[in-house]
Amino acid sequence: MSILTLFIIIPVLTVIGILLSKNHMQVKWVAVVGMSLQLLSAISLIFLYLAQRKAGNMAEVLFVQDYVWYQTLNIHFYVGVDGVSVAMIGLTALVVFAGIFASWDIVDLPREFFTSLILLATGVFGFFICLDLFTMFLFYELAVIPMYLLIGIWGSGPRHYSAMKLTLMLMGGSAFILLGIIGIYFNSAPNGGPLTFDLIRISKEHIPLNVQLFLFPFLFVGFGVLGAMFPFHTWSPDGHASAPTAVSMLHAGVLMKLGGYGCYRVAVFLLPDAAHQLGWIFLILATIGVIYGALGAIWQKDLKYINAYSSVSHCALVLFAILMFNQTAMNGAIMQMISHGIMTALFFALIGMIYGRTHTRFINEMGGLMKVMPFLAVAYVIAGLASLGLPGFSGFVAEMTIFVGAFQNVDTFHRVATIIAASSIVVTAVYVLRVVGILLLGKIKNEHFEVLPDARWYDKISVVALIFGITLIGVAPLWLSDMISQGLGPIVHRLIAAAPLLIK
Amino acid sequence: MLIMRHELLLIVITVILLIVEIFLPDSQKRKIILPAILLMTCVTVVGFLPETPGILFGGMYQSTQLSMMLKNILNIGVLIIFIQSVDWLKQEQNKQKISEFFLLMLSTLIGMNYMISAGDFLMFYIGLELATIPVAALAAWERMKEKSAEAGVKLIFISALSSGILLYGLSMIYGTTGTMYFADIAPLITGAPLQVLAFIFFFAGMAFKISLVPFHLWTADVYEGAPVNVTSYLSVISKGAAVFIFTIILYTVFAKIAVMWSEVLYVITILTITIGNLFAMRQQNLKRFLAFSSIAQAGFILLGIIGQSQLGMTTVIYFALVYIFSNLGAFGVVGIISNRTGKENINDYDGLYRTNPNLSLVMMLALFSLAGIPPLAGFFGKFFLFTAAAKQGYYILVLIALVNTIISLYYYLLVIKAMLLNNSDQPIAAFKSDGYTRLGLLLCVAGMVIIGFASSVYEMVYHLSYGLF
Repeated sequence: MSILTLFIIIPVLTVIGILLSKNHMQVKWVAVVGMSLQLLSAISLIFLYLAQRKAGNMAEVLFVQDYVWYQTLNIHFYVGVDGVSVAMIGLTALVVFAGIFASWDIVDLPREFFTSLILLATGVFGFFICLDLFTMFLFYELAVIPMYLLIGIWGSGPRHYSAMKLTLMLMGGSAFILLGIIGIYFNSAPNGGPLTFDLIRISKEHIPLNVQLFLFPFLFVGFGVLGAMFPFHTWSPDGHASAPTAVSMLHAGVLMKLGGYGCYRVAVFLLPDAAHQLGWIFLILATIGVIYGALGAIWQKDLKYINAYSSVSHCALVLFAILMFNQTAMNGAIMQMISHGIMTALFFALIGMIYGRTHTRFINEMGGLMKVMPFLAVAYVIAGLASLGLPGFSGFVAEMTIFVGAFQNVDTFHRVATIIAASSIVVTAVYVLRVVGILLLGKIKNEHFEVLPDARWYDKISVVALIFGITLIGVAPLWLSDMISQGLGPIVHRLIAAAPLLIK
Repeated sequence: MLIMRHELLLIVITVILLIVEIFLPDSQKRKIILPAILLMTCVTVVGFLPETPGILFGGMYQSTQLSMMLKNILNIGVLIIFIQSVDWLKQEQNKQKISEFFLLMLSTLIGMNYMISAGDFLMFYIGLELATIPVAALAAWERMKEKSAEAGVKLIFISALSSGILLYGLSMIYGTTGTMYFADIAPLITGAPLQVLAFIFFFAGMAFKISLVPFHLWTADVYEGAPVNVTSYLSVISKGAAVFIFTIILYTVFAKIAVMWSEVLYVITILTITIGNLFAMRQQNLKRFLAFSSIAQAGFILLGIIGQSQLGMTTVIYFALVYIFSNLGAFGVVGIISNRTGKENINDYDGLYRTNPNLSLVMMLALFSLAGIPPLAGFFGKFFLFTAAAKQGYYILVLIALVNTIISLYYYLLVIKAMLLNNSDQPIAAFKSDGYTRLGLLLCVAGMVIIGFASSVYEMVYHLSYGLF
């Protein structure tokens, strides 16, 4: 049995454990134990993967395991990972681990909360390890639907509206994906032979160009909805603002990455010719998204909205980088997903903790929090600096790589897009520093705030784990970027075959 | 073993129950419930024993592996309905009518079995009528209630009308081919104008039974007026059986004019799914809500029929099986709540999860399965239906259907929202359901969870199905 199966088994066992527990404390501890194990498995997976590569195992995917599921339709339960998926699994495990501690205060229906949260995580893990389009899609939908309950029951503000909007938009996206997947399936064997959902096998085939042109928009838009691509991003600010802390963390940190990962792994990888021909449309949308999200963040007064719009901007940058179609930029895209995942999870965790103490998220009503809760305030500054791309944190490595890669495209169109997108860094600095200034520095505006407690032990675990992730990547990015590059090899080769002139 | 075993066994237990009923004193009518369920369980189990296919009455009756499987599926559904009905039958006002319920249900089931095994249009028609008329009596169960009586009358009139239309079509087929046997008719279908007309009449007649748009107008009223358990029978078993025979006849008798009927189906599919969904969104009464949702689900089934291949027929049967478990789960919850509290509106379900968590969970799973959310069986069913339609290149149709799944998700979520998200000052009080109800719901949940994961169910259906090519 491959180690990858553990990533499904552990969450499922955890859910069963939660359902069998007797009281609140047991529920939480079962969740903690389960997700700690998951984090440990993820770390050991990273080490095992690096060891395998070091030992010279250059297979496209490692730790492969293949069971036939539906024989006549040729559906398999087929798992395997390359460098990119290993990195995403590590990210997910870290964010889920931090998320459990960040939701330690849940009082209302904790059993149901943690069950839904871990079901969501199961879906995400399953999506990253599967190499069969059918099971990938199954896990994708599994990851989306608990969101409705999580936001609807435990959320705040206009939670019913946000939950419904988010669910319907994301499921709308998945409807597009479904069409795309079925279309690929029926064209998966253009030279005869059995039809297949197997991602690796399809990537060796050449799907006819007209089919590719038909399917690519469906797949890219479908995944793009979850990746908050402009103009399909509108679920994201509402959803994040209404969601409870851990759910915002998971959603912005991990679930939105499913969109980017899907665009890269399914849409671009399997349909390279169409990606090359139609990429410019989505590149324009992504560039707009980068700027729009950043500008949107400037105008917001609610901490969660600020961060949600900043996520739109950062996730658009991921799509932007993927559509540059070269090794460096794509490497940056994956780095950005990891970096943004951890960073935004940290942001939402901190916002949740601050909100839990001050009971307001409007920056104008707060001030001087640095004096009251120094630990949380310092962590917020770190997250902010990582967000605006300060060297030493993960954000810098990712954005640097993206823009260097993007600028390698010599034609005017790509250059202009790159320049526009790069200007978002300045805007990011504006909104990050503005929030830090108003929120943390200055006078304490409300006398009730003077007695607020600083972070508790569970808050600290959550925050420290995430900060560790950010600085680790920021200080020592090479192992990660090497790991990702190895995973990117096949896809870049395919793109070069599709468009030899564009990509060097 | 015997050919026609399913029908004979059902007839035997019907007669047994009839005799027992005569000798039971009035005060002890309730004692018939347990034997009836046990007998039905035996029939269901025996139905799975292997049997050699064969034909009787010179080809009027054909027993094949496929038809036996379809009958087993129907048996399972009826068994679950029997189990779910116990709580309702035990109520005071039903005391004198308990055995009638079982007898009428069994008679319709016998009719459906003959219909599925029909080898010619005469047998098909006899089975169809036997399957329809007792249901009208069931629909008018609470005859003192205006709505229930209305449901019965509506159902009988609509059945008579649709049977008339159907028969008219069949008479034209007989006129052009000179035979009633499926096997003899099939090669003689040439697409001549009279045959096309005959097909249209046949199609319209069947569309009434399956309640496809625009022949669906009776559905909501009848579903609302009839008792919940009869409604679930109508929406699941009656519809399932009609879909099965409809598919078989389209794939065998009318195979030669597939080009024509697939175009008709194309339009009807879009209409049925869309209109079913749009009306379901506006419903407050859960029975009406499920009525329109079941119209939309029937539309999804058409996607499989339009697939025309072996894959198509497989997905139709497979989805019908999944649909039986999912819909019975939903109706089971609606039924028990309606029995205990008399409440049937979505608003009444506000805050149900806080008082009756288990019932809400079953309802949630059932609705998710109907909406096609993994890992429940409904997801697999829908995915395969779309695959079947896409195989024929109907990508636009699949896209329209996919958009409709989102609409359907919206209204299913409305019910889930009421149960889990909303709070209410006066939620439905907590109550303990009896063992039968729990068993019935447990069977549904097991079905919804297992059928998807156990690919062997799908494979079995696949190997017994056939396509046009």
